[in-house]
Amino acid sequence: MDWQTLASRLFPDGHDIVENGNFLSGSGRAGAGPDAQTVAVIGTTEHAPIGIEIALAQAQAVLRTVREHPGRPILILVDTQGQRLRHRDEMLGINSYMAHLGKCIDFARRQGHKVLGLVYDQALSGGFITSGLIADACFALPQATIRVMGLPAMARITKVPEERLTELARENPVFAPGAGNYLRMGGLQALWEYELAAALVEALENVDAVDRRMLLGQERGGRHMAQAVAQAVRTGGDVRPA
Amino acid sequence: MSSYLELSARQRIPHIFDASSFEEFLAPGARVVSPHLAQLDAPVSFDDGVVVGRGLLDGQVVFGAAQEGGFMGGAVGEVHGAKLVGMLRRAVDEGAYAVLLLLESGGVRLHEANAGLIAVSEVMRAILDVRAAGIPVIVAVGGANGCFGGMGIAARCANTVIMSEEGRLAMSGPEVIETANGVEEFDSKDRALVWRTTGGKHRYLLGDCQVLVADDTDAFRAAAIAAMADAHGGAALTLDGLQAEQTMLKRRIRDFGDADDPLEVWRRLGVPEPGAVPMLEADAFLAMAAQHRAGPGTGEN
Repeated sequence: MDWQTLASRLFPDGHDIVENGNFLSGSGRAGAGPDAQTVAVIGTTEHAPIGIEIALAQAQAVLRTVREHPGRPILILVDTQGQRLRHRDEMLGINSYMAHLGKCIDFARRQGHKVLGLVYDQALSGGFITSGLIADACFALPQATIRVMGLPAMARITKVPEERLTELARENPVFAPGAGNYLRMGGLQALWEYELAAALVEALENVDAVDRRMLLGQERGGRHMAQAVAQAVRTGGDVRPA
Repeated sequence: MSSYLELSARQRIPHIFDASSFEEFLAPGARVVSPHLAQLDAPVSFDDGVVVGRGLLDGQVVFGAAQEGGFMGGAVGEVHGAKLVGMLRRAVDEGAYAVLLLLESGGVRLHEANAGLIAVSEVMRAILDVRAAGIPVIVAVGGANGCFGGMGIAARCANTVIMSEEGRLAMSGPEVIETANGVEEFDSKDRALVWRTTGGKHRYLLGDCQVLVADDTDAFRAAAIAAMADAHGGAALTLDGLQAEQTMLKRRIRDFGDADDPLEVWRRLGVPEPGAVPMLEADAFLAMAAQHRAGPGTGEN
């Protein structure tokens, strides 16, 4: 789905989102009647690689929202092929730019802004960690692609035959790309299938600032160990896998 | 004096924390291993490549972790990440004085890619929870595997990053960039270039690390003690701090965005002999850098 179609379906009452070099920013009206509220929107499109400029532009938009519109919810629209793979970005410290974006989003959360992520096309590794995955909760359209890497590349690195990985991927969501796998593992809160505007309103009502992804992964059977291990470390108890 | 670089994660802990003070959580005896590696016929480790626990640092209660570069490059899988998150949450529960993370990691463990990716983001959020509780988070980077990928991002979520010049801090490894965009983009075999681009001296000159020390466990320990005392009382993120970091990162693009090599960045910083930087001993380097490193305060703290 292109971002314009997405935006008009999320915000049937209107929005002023603009694109500037694959960077999306603006706002939209969520909901209707007396409960309608303005949502700040940042994001990327065209599978943009996240380089230092686009990370900084997103951070700037988050900080501006915190300064000028205290409490306004923030929606992050995710479509990225991952971090930009260039020597220049590394030389200039792209990890610092990504961390800065993550810290700005985290700061907004603690100032009372609800922060939602929505993967509407593609989300990959480094571009996802400081966007959808740092939100209060992340959602995806069912057809979204989410991955660290494809199975062929994973087969090369792990030296496990691709056929074997494909077979394992049927049972274990840890290997294979796909929104459904991230849902099972708790990385996604839910898939938004039909009424996007209604799904957005519902999410704005229900999300909070507590990170429950490990628990979700355990409940959904996609990550058996994480919650039990974190809890055992936290309380000094034993690990009781789900 | 002993080399930080050459020690394992487990050996580093007693050198950095007060003698015999460190208590490990979920020690190897618990035999909690990755649930994913066996199906890929990959070896497992009884600590899944990370030590987490609580000890004393200069008499203060400090929670800590050390990633083991010798096991899958310190990469983060489901259990590894969950141990870090559990320790960070416990640090908040128990009101730690500080958290010290001895990071050495290639980032997400590809054998359990999806779980690793989610886990790294959980670690980031947990680090920021610690800071929001007013507890300083200090990161040390000085292992042979460097600190890359999502952990390179997580490192920069800390109050202070301490590096040795042998330490490397970045996001995508040179091999990944070379594979994606060719040897002309980044020659991963050119060790001098790799070092100039990701090494401690460059990071210090740019302001991506706040403290540079010699490759010496005593120096790391002293720097960690000083850093946690400095950050105490001001550990949480602030709007002013983030705006200052925004300005610093923007200025960096303006000043160095068209440089094609760190040598050019150093030249523009006014470093008298950029080509000689790699040869400088830590003390001589620090004396030179004091006059030339980028920006006052170097951003968000």
